[in-house]
Amino acid sequence: MWGEQTDVCESADWYNSKFIVSMGANLGMTRTPDIHFFSEARHNGSKTVVMSPDFSMVAKHADQWIPAHAGSDGAFWMAVTHVILKEWHVDKQTPYFMDYVKRYTDSPFLVRLDKKGDHFAPGRLMRAKEVNEYKNVTNGDWKFLMADAATGALITPKGTMGYRWDEQQGNWNLKFENGTDNRAYDPELTFLNKHDEVLQVEFLDYGHQHLAKRGVPVRYITTVDGERVPVATIYDITMGQYGVGRGLAGEYPADYNDKNASYTPAWQEIFTGIGRNTAIKFAREWAGTAEATKGRCMVIVGAAINHWFHGNLMYRSAIMAQMLTGCNGRNGGGMNHYVGQEKLAPVDSWGTIMSGKDHGTVPRLQQAPIWHYINSSQWRYDNNQADYNSVPNDANPLARKHSADWVLMSVRNGWMPFFPQYNKSNLDIARDARKEGAQTEADIRDYVVRKLKSKELDYSVADPDDPINFPRNWFIWRGNALMSSAKGHEYMLNHYLGTHHNDIANEVAGEYVTDIKYREKSPSGKMDLVVDINFRMDTSALYSDIVLPTASWYEKADLNSTDMHSFIHPLSEAVPPVWEAKTDWQIFQSIAKKVSEMAKTHFPAPVTDIVNVALSHDSADEITQPRLLDWTKGECEPIPGKTMHKIVVIDRDYTQIHNKFITLGEGVAKQGLGAHGVKYECADVYQEMLEKKNHVQVVDGKEYPSLREDVEACDAVLKLSTLTNGKLNMRGYQMLEKKTGLALTDLAEGLQAVRIDYKDLQTRPHRYNTSAVWSGLMNDGRAYAAYTFQVDRLVPWRTLTGRQHIYMDHDGYIMFGEHLPTYKPSPLPQVYGDIRKTVNDGKARMLNCLTPHGKWHIHSTYGDTLRMLTLSRGMEPCWMSEKDAADLGIKDNDWVEVYNDHGVYCTRACVSSRIPRGVCIVYHSPERTYTVPKSQVRGGRRAGGHNSFTRVHLKPSLMVGGYGQFSFHFNYWGPVGANRDTHVLVRKMEKVEF
Amino acid sequence: MNIRSQISMVFHLDKCIGCHTCSIACKNVWTDRKGAEYMWWNNVETKPGTGYPTKWEDQEIYKGGWDKNGDTVSLRGAGKLRGLKNIFHNPNMPVLEDYYEPWTYKYSDLFTAPEGNDQPTARPVSLVTGEHIDVKAGPNWDDDLGGSPDYARKDVNFKALTPSEQESLFQLEQMTMFYLPRICNHCLNPACVASCPSGAIYKRGEDGIVLINQERCRAWRMCVTACPYKKSYYNWNTGKSEKCILCYPRLESGQAPACMHSCVGRIRYLGVMLYDADRIEQVASAPERDLVDAQLGIYVDPFDENVIKAAKANGIADSTIRAAQLSPVWKFVKQWGIALPLHPEFRTIPNLFYVPPMLPAMASVDADGVYDSHTESLWAGIEKSRLPMQYLASLFTAGDTERMKLVLKKLLAVKISRRNTTVGDLSAKEVADALEGGRTNAKEADAIFRLTSLATFEERFVIPPAHREESIEMLEDTGDVKGNTGFGFKLKPARGL
Repeated sequence: MWGEQTDVCESADWYNSKFIVSMGANLGMTRTPDIHFFSEARHNGSKTVVMSPDFSMVAKHADQWIPAHAGSDGAFWMAVTHVILKEWHVDKQTPYFMDYVKRYTDSPFLVRLDKKGDHFAPGRLMRAKEVNEYKNVTNGDWKFLMADAATGALITPKGTMGYRWDEQQGNWNLKFENGTDNRAYDPELTFLNKHDEVLQVEFLDYGHQHLAKRGVPVRYITTVDGERVPVATIYDITMGQYGVGRGLAGEYPADYNDKNASYTPAWQEIFTGIGRNTAIKFAREWAGTAEATKGRCMVIVGAAINHWFHGNLMYRSAIMAQMLTGCNGRNGGGMNHYVGQEKLAPVDSWGTIMSGKDHGTVPRLQQAPIWHYINSSQWRYDNNQADYNSVPNDANPLARKHSADWVLMSVRNGWMPFFPQYNKSNLDIARDARKEGAQTEADIRDYVVRKLKSKELDYSVADPDDPINFPRNWFIWRGNALMSSAKGHEYMLNHYLGTHHNDIANEVAGEYVTDIKYREKSPSGKMDLVVDINFRMDTSALYSDIVLPTASWYEKADLNSTDMHSFIHPLSEAVPPVWEAKTDWQIFQSIAKKVSEMAKTHFPAPVTDIVNVALSHDSADEITQPRLLDWTKGECEPIPGKTMHKIVVIDRDYTQIHNKFITLGEGVAKQGLGAHGVKYECADVYQEMLEKKNHVQVVDGKEYPSLREDVEACDAVLKLSTLTNGKLNMRGYQMLEKKTGLALTDLAEGLQAVRIDYKDLQTRPHRYNTSAVWSGLMNDGRAYAAYTFQVDRLVPWRTLTGRQHIYMDHDGYIMFGEHLPTYKPSPLPQVYGDIRKTVNDGKARMLNCLTPHGKWHIHSTYGDTLRMLTLSRGMEPCWMSEKDAADLGIKDNDWVEVYNDHGVYCTRACVSSRIPRGVCIVYHSPERTYTVPKSQVRGGRRAGGHNSFTRVHLKPSLMVGGYGQFSFHFNYWGPVGANRDTHVLVRKMEKVEF
Repeated sequence: MNIRSQISMVFHLDKCIGCHTCSIACKNVWTDRKGAEYMWWNNVETKPGTGYPTKWEDQEIYKGGWDKNGDTVSLRGAGKLRGLKNIFHNPNMPVLEDYYEPWTYKYSDLFTAPEGNDQPTARPVSLVTGEHIDVKAGPNWDDDLGGSPDYARKDVNFKALTPSEQESLFQLEQMTMFYLPRICNHCLNPACVASCPSGAIYKRGEDGIVLINQERCRAWRMCVTACPYKKSYYNWNTGKSEKCILCYPRLESGQAPACMHSCVGRIRYLGVMLYDADRIEQVASAPERDLVDAQLGIYVDPFDENVIKAAKANGIADSTIRAAQLSPVWKFVKQWGIALPLHPEFRTIPNLFYVPPMLPAMASVDADGVYDSHTESLWAGIEKSRLPMQYLASLFTAGDTERMKLVLKKLLAVKISRRNTTVGDLSAKEVADALEGGRTNAKEADAIFRLTSLATFEERFVIPPAHREESIEMLEDTGDVKGNTGFGFKLKPARGL
């Protein structure tokens, strides 16, 4: 909706909110250092609401607890938005809300309605190039249309993505100005009072599986082809979707008590178990507070929402209530989704150093859930996503493809990366291309395209079970990839490691896949070598061939940042690394050194490599694929960087890896740095670094700033980031001024003298700068809140329309029926595939097993220390309700087996009244390293952990690319490994053996 | 009037997260030793629950604290006569099972297990016996309502509730929990001190901290029984009893105790209270319904000229008197009356006070199981409290529900008044009614809010500076000798009680 990853407010801004909803987040448990802001706000007259199926730690800080059924939060929000639209947009038009949606959301943009038999369906955004007025504009596929309320004339407003990538700069802003002639206009939000016709438009309610037809006011536009097409504003379509009638004909609900019509308060009752009056009053309190405070209502979300299969829809449904009440980009407002704390604040400098781009290299960055879904063969166990993903009946056949086929399509089309890359060594491909006469990089690219087209060369992902395509070596660093984050843990044991595992599932994908190659025999033990860089003995270390002991937090110089606050944290070496441990930086450096030494034998001369790079967000790649077309089907020509991924040809000199590691490359001086579409020069700062003669390295007689020592690397990050260098910060705003045509440099003026280095950070906390690479303004002590830059300064969001998106008109979203915010029920266990083979002999019960983040853990780290285990139950128990436990004859602290087709976890029951029936919780994450007995249901073999009963499911709509904000960016865009919808059987353990 | 100085504390339960950082800080500093493994001088309990050691509040079992005995009090379990009788066998003591058997894991098995079909796993072993152990209890076993059938449902304070009232506390519409952090209360009438046959336990004159002299302790363990809060622990390795020392070495150097310094939820406040020691017996033996008022009455106004004069006469330093005037405890306990002692009916006159938790409003569930938690106004009145007043009163007011209500009404009034100031979307009547109901006003509400939400470290912990001259005086006669390093204590330290 925003073209951003996880841009949220720092926790200090919670205090500024006057209505805080914590949904699927357990602040007391997982935001321990921050929750005081939540309770302090409460004593300052802020209302606090907690939505959580269990009475969680944060629930005690709530004024109101709303235990909607697990996974049904989206339905509640749909009804809340229904009430907001009805009472605050229709019954009265709240000025603040109307102004906000006009300027900051896509509501006034025009959408074409497509004829479907006797009625219509919402289609794609109208493009500027489709109408005579603007048929010759540049990037006409990426500029969109609105109507001017005063004249009714069509406007192509500034700020849309086409303007972002125009050669002519200065029109990418949110001023109410027509992009072609700077004419002022007033966006027309609705055609209710001035329409050509009211058409019946279809809206699908997935809750009731009912297709309703409702009247939507339209105007007709004549296109360049002479076609007369009906168009409606997104605002009017939204009213139709939410069932807010406004006197229009069609299947609009009678009133709030109409439980058959989406999305009334009575309708949500069916899915959430929460009374209609709760939803109505909640909506009134929310909107009333938003009106009185100009948007100081916020939602705090955690991983408990993100990991549902339909988590994206739950997010959107809550964000809708916020957008319609002007709560985004306001201090004390917003959708603050803390899922991981991966805000690498100095991303502008760190990103380049991390990936070696200063030396001109091209990294291979992978989207993890896709990688594991394919490589650990979990796709082979998945049936067709369409069977559980509520897809419209008349959808495009593509929507009925298996997720693995979608992965393949996403890789071929340049939406998502995938490595290994081809079924042939990249170096051999380049060599053979040269042999066949390729001389330039373009020749090599052409060669690759030709070979792909003729199928002489194929993608690894097209046939992942061919040994040539196996990943062979796996370095695990800064993670517990074989347990904490190993959704489908047992499949990894099986297919990666070839060791004992407890999965018994059938491989069913053969029946469903059409494009990816399904081999009858699945491979086992793909990995030749697993190396774990770790400071503790966790499950990944237990299973690794080699463990490289690394320094822990207080044994090294390193930097740490989070989205919870606006400080960069220096770790600092209080004591030297114990025993043989080295810092991460030195471990990688010594590996680089050894590789460089060996390269003198194996790769004495530079070799040519080929890297596939996905079409990336924040570059002109994001305006390459206006339609979903597949070149392998002949729907278009394969053109790298346009209809398919980019193909980058690069020479690699492996003898120089170590030299490059310990030096900061000249690329920094030559190309500058930046992030999120902001770029700045830094040749002078590079020169300053060279002048610090005790911090340079000499390679082949040439001087480079040194990165050899950990502190030098930290200082390079700080010296070159806009966040910690005021001079560079100013340049970021200057660049953005040109791009947007807005005055912005005043934001950086008072900060120009700021220079923060590692020693400064150690001395005392320093708040970093307000920076053009981030969306929150922090000047003069203001708390960081996402998109305050957009709202206060009219800088566009990095989306198609430059506004926040209600409507998503990508072909993929339309075919999956997710172009509008909607509610899709959780997949039914019968079709999700967790319990096909596992038989319930009557002694077990099926429960929805949730694995939220636990107390005193960062995943499993620290939760497994003796202190924390002593303060808990010495292990990670399975929490279950008093009733479910009693029915199964389970008493508190009894041993239980938690199992399904994927595997088994043996643990003890923690019976508690705060857990609802039908649900059990195993907090994320146990370890195999302590107290895991042998499973009786799996033949007396050692049981696993909480990921033993999960398996990755990928939602195809999250894989699309090359289209505005739906474009790949490392750690930004891609499917999550949904695991919340998992069902297990739980039974009492009859015999406990170790 | 016999004015003394007491370091006192307030824990704001509404703000407590239940993170146990306090417990860890304390454990790492003081009880990370052999024989002390099971000790948690600071622990945090989930309420409803039975706590640590289990059911510690039940004096039917443990016989801790004092009984009212006419105009005076006597130790319930370990008085002079009874103590002597039971000196070689004290029947009213928690045993290891009531605490828990500390354990660790045989981690070496992960490296040295013989090759086998399965991955090795480290099993728990007892830190007492070294043998494999079936872990059945811990210092926080019923955390977050864990094991509610066996623990939360057996909360001792449920005696004040009918069975159906108890049952409803475990239903969706009324279920709730909160955290109760506990340390030694450094009581004005400490049962531990009174019970010690060796006279090893004493209350420091300068700040009222209760300490066990490790040289004099003879392991009778009468203090373990006598302390109704079970905050005196026996170290099986050293053969001495130990307890919270309120980090006096830190206090003496101007630092907050480790548990308070580390408090993530910022719930802890510490400051001086001046009290009239002549009234201790009278307060301790007050009728149950008057206990809270009687206790509050013992703390005297640090701004009162007579009090100041009497304090000085007793050798209390000006800096300590000033600290008493700035004390956040004075504000919470006396000025605003929103912090209450835990189990005043134990009659030890504890110096740790608690601001009670507000918790979410009660909901309802209809015949179809539909849950409704909407309220007519933005906040429900306290009649919609999830926790019955009798329950809270059993904890904090010796059963006085009216006082409990008043405190909660005042906390609600603060929210409403601040809402009025910061948003202004409530009716004037609603605001006025709330302030009146809480017997407060907007100005006081602001002050309560500020100390609750915005207090800095220095405002939360007002520590009277240690007077170095007092410790020098103990070593040497400063009038006679200059620069003498001395050979030990020449004067006895001034001790209270």
